[in-house]
Amino acid sequence: MLLIDCPYCGPRPELEFRYGGEAHIARAAEPAKVDDDNWTAFLFWRSNPKGLHFERWRHTSGCGRFFNSARDTVSDVIVKTYKAGEPKPDLNGYKAEAKP
Amino acid sequence: MGGIPVKFSAFALLKQALSGEAWPEQWRSPEPKPAYDVVIVGAGGHGLATAYYLAKEHGIRNVAVIEKGWLGGGNTGRNTTIIRSNYLWEESQKLYEHAVKLWEGLSQELNYNVMYSPRGVMMLAHTEHDIQSAKRHIHANRLGGIDNEWLTPEQAQEFCPILNIGRDIRYPILGAALQRRGGTARHDAVAWGYARAASALGVDIIQNCEVKGLRRAPSGAMTGVETTKGFIGARRIGVVAAGHTSVIMQMADVRMPLESYPLQALVSEPVKPVMPCVVMSNTIHAYMSQSDKGELVIGAGTDAYTSYSQTGGLHISAHTLDAICELFPVVRRMKMLRNWGGIVDVTPDRSPIIGKTPVEGLFVNCGWGTGGFKATPGSGNVFAWTLAKGEPHPINAPFSLDRFCTGRLIDEAAAAAVAH
Repeated sequence: MLLIDCPYCGPRPELEFRYGGEAHIARAAEPAKVDDDNWTAFLFWRSNPKGLHFERWRHTSGCGRFFNSARDTVSDVIVKTYKAGEPKPDLNGYKAEAKP
Repeated sequence: MGGIPVKFSAFALLKQALSGEAWPEQWRSPEPKPAYDVVIVGAGGHGLATAYYLAKEHGIRNVAVIEKGWLGGGNTGRNTTIIRSNYLWEESQKLYEHAVKLWEGLSQELNYNVMYSPRGVMMLAHTEHDIQSAKRHIHANRLGGIDNEWLTPEQAQEFCPILNIGRDIRYPILGAALQRRGGTARHDAVAWGYARAASALGVDIIQNCEVKGLRRAPSGAMTGVETTKGFIGARRIGVVAAGHTSVIMQMADVRMPLESYPLQALVSEPVKPVMPCVVMSNTIHAYMSQSDKGELVIGAGTDAYTSYSQTGGLHISAHTLDAICELFPVVRRMKMLRNWGGIVDVTPDRSPIIGKTPVEGLFVNCGWGTGGFKATPGSGNVFAWTLAKGEPHPINAPFSLDRFCTGRLIDEAAAAAVAH
């Protein structure tokens, strides 16, 4: 079970949270102008990386707020959590750690 | 071509037992040739079946199956071996029924006992919605010529005597849908049987060979794969890499509608036969059968988040065991021997993707999510057709990658035994 550091409440067990899928997928400002390919990308394409993944969580059994996390999908280590609306953090220096 | 393996028969078994010699290796382990007609990425059940049918039905024998780890060591060796075809939509029914028909003759076809056992798959209903959904499936299946029948709680208990049909449990059993032709098979034997048969037809199975890149001509067409054993040329490449499909497709800049999740399973200590069938419950996240070794084989759910960790959270297994203990009180004091996770690639509509990609010469068979084992023979059969002809077989044509653009999704939200 993950220990997730809610930016508002601090570290809490995974059971208090709901996963919200990949983060930073913005809905088009003018949906009527979006073609099928771009709708496909928005609705269905996911980066699904083996490594750092930027994802949404909601602290459903706590403050109730959405926030984002950067997690290594190989070790499941959460490298950073940050508030929704903040830009994707620069984690280029992050090196995957072996899972304890 | 490296020799036909011993044909298994009662006589061969007796002869081998009396001779005292070890059995010869069942498939060759060659070094890769510089080029092949077709390279298949991933030596799981689906990839090996694809190679077998390419050689057997389409005469394409200059084929390599390359595998990062060992043969059948991914989801083929990690699943709970359930076979059934009682899906809701016509497209899915045709695909999974094609597989069931192949399962029925597979041991004979491969001369390898895959221990296919049509012992019946019973899916429980615990709520009014479950009943409606199960009956809708039953009627849809009947129209599609697939067996599926409704059982009362008493009939369900008659079919599986250790089932608790008491009305005082948290999710009482209100009925069940039963596919009698559903059942199980021996997962390792499926991989081994296809590997042996494919190898005998000239297919090279190359283990410990990881794909590092996909090489393309200036036109964009595939020319081969970069691997840890060097470059292997091929104009047709079939990616059958399950949870790692997104990683491979990224190498050709093809984005996929896939997310990879850990799916867990566990087995108990072995006991005498108590469980004559497979029982599944979508609603309370549990399914169970008994292997011929006597272990109770239990399937749990996926974690909430994407991961490649091949483990999964303990609370997921514990949640399933809560349900198992209530459904089958007789197992409450049993010990679990092992639990493990596999990485499953899940599509938005819970149906697989089998077909062409935007890249010429690159084909994909993926997205089987939490329920791919049952389809192994059918999946390999239609994917081999697709690789041989360059066009999908009518059965897999609806399962194209571009359905996510056209909107012709095949919504099988109940594809697995677990609710999503």
